[in-house]
Amino acid sequence: MSLRSNVLDLRKRKREVQKGGGDKAIEKQAKMGKLTARERILALLDKNSFHEYDLFVEHSAKDFGMESKVLHGDGVIIGTGTIYSKPVCIFAQDFTVAGGSLGLMHARKITKIMDHALKMRVPLIGINDSGGARIQEGVNSLAGYGEIFFRNTLASGVIPQISVILGPCAGGAVYSPALTDFVFVVENISKMFITGPSVIKSVLGEEISMEELGGARVHAELTGNAHFFATSELDCFEQIKKLISYIPRNNGTKAMPFPPKLPKKGRKIEDIVPGDPRIPYDIRDIIGGITDSSEFFEVMENFAPNIVIGFGRMEGDTVGFVANQPMVLAGVLDTDSSDKAARFIRYCDAFNIPIVTLEDLPGYLPGVDQEHAGVIRHGAKILYAYSEATVPKVTVILRKAYGGGYIAMNSRHLRADFVFAWPTAEIAVMGPEGAANIVFRKEIAEAENPEEMRQQKIQEYKEKFANPYVAAAQGYIDEVIEPRDTRGRILHALQVSENKSVFLPNKKHGIPPF
Amino acid sequence: MSEEKEFKTLVVQGAVYKTHYTWKFENRVNWEAPDPNHIYSFIPGTIIDIFVKPKEKVKEGQTLLLLEAMKMQNQVRMPFDGEIVKIHVKKDDVIPRKFLMLEIRPVRIKK
Repeated sequence: MSLRSNVLDLRKRKREVQKGGGDKAIEKQAKMGKLTARERILALLDKNSFHEYDLFVEHSAKDFGMESKVLHGDGVIIGTGTIYSKPVCIFAQDFTVAGGSLGLMHARKITKIMDHALKMRVPLIGINDSGGARIQEGVNSLAGYGEIFFRNTLASGVIPQISVILGPCAGGAVYSPALTDFVFVVENISKMFITGPSVIKSVLGEEISMEELGGARVHAELTGNAHFFATSELDCFEQIKKLISYIPRNNGTKAMPFPPKLPKKGRKIEDIVPGDPRIPYDIRDIIGGITDSSEFFEVMENFAPNIVIGFGRMEGDTVGFVANQPMVLAGVLDTDSSDKAARFIRYCDAFNIPIVTLEDLPGYLPGVDQEHAGVIRHGAKILYAYSEATVPKVTVILRKAYGGGYIAMNSRHLRADFVFAWPTAEIAVMGPEGAANIVFRKEIAEAENPEEMRQQKIQEYKEKFANPYVAAAQGYIDEVIEPRDTRGRILHALQVSENKSVFLPNKKHGIPPF
Repeated sequence: MSEEKEFKTLVVQGAVYKTHYTWKFENRVNWEAPDPNHIYSFIPGTIIDIFVKPKEKVKEGQTLLLLEAMKMQNQVRMPFDGEIVKIHVKKDDVIPRKFLMLEIRPVRIKK
């Protein structure tokens, strides 16, 4: 054979294997409204940047007639490429090959690219589209999952790990995405659950569709398992690229800087916030009045929307925002919002992203359901996360900062680096209504007209304590600022904090309340 | 102003806030004090067998019925000496969690 014919033979072999499960299976995949694994990778990565490895890997199963079956690439594609010219490692399960089921060699390919990603300190993107464990391979497929979970944990906080659910992801398989930093789901395509509808029906008699049980919306709104929701695969890839632009490649670097830009004109934040602390507004309008080009990339937009988290840029550098949302549940902290914010804070801390906290909340959500759902241990997560974080931490108190909520939202006491307050800030142990009822209980009860007395005492308390100056007098607030100076003050604070260095007690790791 | 009309109210420590609710908040289950005379299913499952009849006097610890769930046959027992008031399930019924299966009442049983 000449070199030329060898090359032609290689090309022929590649073409054969790259077809995955073949034309019929690819047609079926398209009918389900899904791209193939290869199309997905090519759509996500920079043009001509993808390089595939382990193309010729074959499965090693010998039982149940598997020895005579050929599974191209063993149902998964792995490789490296670039997004915005920065390297990433990627794997995509190929549903057209044996339903993307996970066997020993399939798992070995995934763990190979995971090991690469960790060693080379580049982000890992995993596209999940799999029927689950390959039953014919028995315990070997379980071993495969375990090896993946272990690597997810090892890489956690070192490199960004992104999971994209583009098909079923059921049973043990769901735990790999759950261990990663960000999970992307697509309407009508993503399905995640531990036990499927048929098992639930046969064992428990509950009837539910796959979509209602573990569809994209369920995970984006209800469970909090997903961080980004898209209506199409291509939209989803745009979101992933955007996320990649905001985060650093690994925990030893910073996110890539962008050209500094001013917020859009006409975004006057001093006109957005109503004077009455009981009237809501959209906190995202304030964020938009602070960030470069007024851009804000929200994370977990539909889950626990009473707290808003996400990324923006200030003078070109990535900043993580954590902000109470008065528009939803008055911006209270509860089990879900504490969990949501705490994880985001830990993400920012692990990846050198400064945190800006915008505060306006009446406290924790009251209710039996909250208490019984463990609001104590969930609420503790946010305290833990803020206290532990050593990245620059800046807080701006816009209006209410009452009680436990005040402490939790990156207060001076949890080692915020800078705490600013607007003149409208009310920093107190509770709101005037509640406080007056307790402090002046006797006067109100004994008054001729108790309601009149109550209102009078509320007003009295308001004037005396519902302001930023009591806290400022203690040095708990560094500066009372004019709303229009907010961006400038945050920028200066971040600039000053650039070389922040904090020493924590030496320990193996803490024991956060999860 | 039209938008403001859509706001709901949330009371936190005496103050009434205008705001939107979440789906979860609107669908939260209001807590009720448990009634010791009502026996609910603690897991969804199938009624395999019922061993008692209405008006029957039953001693504490006696098995009332079998509820099969997750391939386990769970014996539902009498929590105290008493009488069966009403039975809301029958053999082979498939019931959800927190389903009222039996109503009972305490009665002193002579030894």
